[in-house]
Formats: sequence, structure tokens, C-alpha cells
Amino acid sequence: MSDHPTRRVALECMLWAGSGLLWTVVGGVPRSALIGGARAAEANFSFAQISDSHIGFSRDPNLDTPGTLQAALDLVRAAPARPSLLLHTGDVSHLSKPAEFDVAAKLIGATGIPTAYVPGEHDVLDDAGKSFIDRFQRGMKQGAAGGAYYSFDQAGIHFIGLNNVSDPKAGGMGNLGAAQLAWLAADLQGRSASTPIVVFAHIPLWVIYPQWGWGTDDGAQALGLLQRFGSVTVLNGHIHQVMQKVEGNVAFHTARATAFPQPAPGSAPSPGPMKVEAGRLRSFLGVASITHVQGTAPLAIIDTPLGA
Amino acid sequence: MQRRLIVLGLAGAALPAHAAKATAAKATATVVIDNFTFTPAMLQVSVGTTVTFVNHDYLPHSIVSAQSPPSFKSKALDTDDSFTHIFDSAGNYSYFCGLHPHMKGMVMVA
Ligand SMILES: [Cu+2]
Repeated sequence: MSDHPTRRVALECMLWAGSGLLWTVVGGVPRSALIGGARAAEANFSFAQISDSHIGFSRDPNLDTPGTLQAALDLVRAAPARPSLLLHTGDVSHLSKPAEFDVAAKLIGATGIPTAYVPGEHDVLDDAGKSFIDRFQRGMKQGAAGGAYYSFDQAGIHFIGLNNVSDPKAGGMGNLGAAQLAWLAADLQGRSASTPIVVFAHIPLWVIYPQWGWGTDDGAQALGLLQRFGSVTVLNGHIHQVMQKVEGNVAFHTARATAFPQPAPGSAPSPGPMKVEAGRLRSFLGVASITHVQGTAPLAIIDTPLGA
Repeated sequence: MQRRLIVLGLAGAALPAHAAKATAAKATATVVIDNFTFTPAMLQVSVGTTVTFVNHDYLPHSIVSAQSPPSFKSKALDTDDSFTHIFDSAGNYSYFCGLHPHMKGMVMVA
């Protein structure tokens, strides 16, 4: 996080009543709500997730990834009750180039919303993630030096940012590794089971489509450590499309990219960028907003596309 | 598309020495990446062959030896970028993509 949240921001209920309506109306386009249980009027904390901005990518179907990132940030800012926190679930850049990081940092920083980042595989090329950590995780207490994973607390929620892209194994998918799992176990130890947990990482922690590497080999071990908690929300990116499921107390959600869509699992020869009808790109890109109602278990997740 | 599955850098005994050397130095082979797949996935070459890996995808890939520590490793290859490695001793060399580790291939050097 470039700016560690020191303020505990309590939003007024009325603001959220308004924004809940706004999210429903904007653009008049379909959007999904994972859990309808949380009523907007009662929410007192909200944050947003953006993912896969791939700054540096400039090919069909998106020649302007800074422009679509900006559109996503505008959408976040358009809410009457601004999110108190932004999560970026990785692939900030396309090729880990300083100029790409610069553009992303400038656009996201201009929102003034404290942002917590985890790296995608495109962010840790060539220097094992050092420049990503220096730039986007400054001020975070690293779980291990150079590990690019950490946790923090905000508004009564325990946020855990994991890194499943830095230690790939031949033939494998995402990988956390033993050291990170041990840190996670220690991080969770002694925490009350009633603490809402939000885990965010780039590659889905649940196995979506192993043929394309869409999953995390040791994700189940991480989820095992989270089993005793009453409310766990797992937010991922990487697959550039919304997918969600609920299993017991755990809600899984992947966000749209802000850069380009990828095909549904198995629907194309490979997970390469999906070509879309001219003028329809923004309907495949978007942001997720998440509201937390104090004392109510599930977090409400609303995915909003950038355009119709 | 260049798809030399087997490139033998052998020179006939009857050829002059300098010709044999020239032939051996030119042993090359190519692995292409299309649709997140290495082709050929199994490449057989003779000792000393220069293998070039070319990425034709819209997303970057990399070539990482599966040995620990890796005996060869490319930078991220953007569209149409390539990486070259000379395999100068016999053996089977497994490798994978550092961005998409489910992508695997092997170079068999004999
Ligand atoms: Cu790859």
C-alpha cells in the first residue's frame, strides 16, 4: 500500500443507502451481486477491487489500457460514498517495466484512496518482484523479506494479501509455498473466529480450470487455515472475468480486468486475450465494490462493468 | 513455420575438416509458442544445437529450465520475441513457462 490506512473511516448509513441505489442504476446494464443479504443502508464500510490493469499492453482488443484503468477508477470515484480502500489484485503492469508501474501508480494514486496491491505474474518479471514491492507495498510489514505478502486490519476486517505468482513450479498452477503458508498460519493464530477475513491474491485460490493453470496448487491448504472463521471472502483476478461461488463460510470471487477480457474456461484454444466486437470492450471490463455490514457475516460484492 | 524436429549436426567422414565444423556450428532448431503451447513439446537435437524459442502469442511467456537451480532462463518474451540457448551437453532438459507454469516442454539432447 502506498499510503497505509491509519484512519478508521466510518461512513454514514445514509450515504450508503444512496450509493447502493446508484450502483443499481448506473448504465442500466446487468451486474451480479454475490450475496444479497447485506443491505446497503446498514453498511458502514466499503472497499473496491480492481484487477489486471496490464499497463503496457497495447494490442487488440485494447490499445488504451491507461484509459480503461482510468474509466474503472472514475467508476470507483463516482460512488457518493467513496470506498475507503482499494484492492488491486495484480497484473498492474504488462511487463514489469518502470514506465508501466509509473503510469499505474500515477492514475491510481490520483484517486487519493489508500490502495493495497498484490502482484500478478506480469509484475514480478526479471527482478523477483523487488521493484513491485518497493513501489506498491511500501509501508506494509512483509510476511517475509521480499515475499510480497502481508496483512492489515481495517474497519474490523482482517485483510490478507497473498502472493501466488513468485514461486512457480514446472507443470503447476499458482503456488504459495511452505514459507507463506506457515506465515499465514501464524498470522491467523489467536484471531477470533468472528473476525471477518478478506483474502486477496492474483491467481484464484480455488481451482477453476487446471488445463489453463487457473487455480493454486496449495490453495486448499490456505483455505484449510481459514476454515474456522465465520466470514471469509476470497478475492482474485488473473482470469479477467467474474466467477463466484460460496462454500460454507467462504465466498470466492474473481474480478473483471480493467484491460481486456479472457475467454470462459475451455471455450477457446487458449486463455489469450478475447477479441470482442468493436465498441463493446467496456462491457467486459469492470470493478467490484464490496460492502461490509458490521455484525453481519457475509460481505456484499457487486460487479459493475465499465460500459454497456 | 520452421519445425525441425530433429536436427543432426553430423558431418560425413569424407568431408574436409572445415566443412564438418561449419555444419556442426549451424545445427539449429526452433520451438514456437502458439496458444500457450510449446511446439514441438519434445524436441530432439544433437549436442551443440542452438535452440531458438519464439513467442507468437499476444501475451508474454518465458522459458525456465525445470532444474534447480535453473540451467537456463529467459526474460519474459513479448509477442514475436525470441530466446536462444545452446544445448552443449547430452541429456533431457525439461522446461516450463515462468508466467504460466502449466506450459511445459522438453529438449532431448543426444
Ligand atoms: Cu506463459
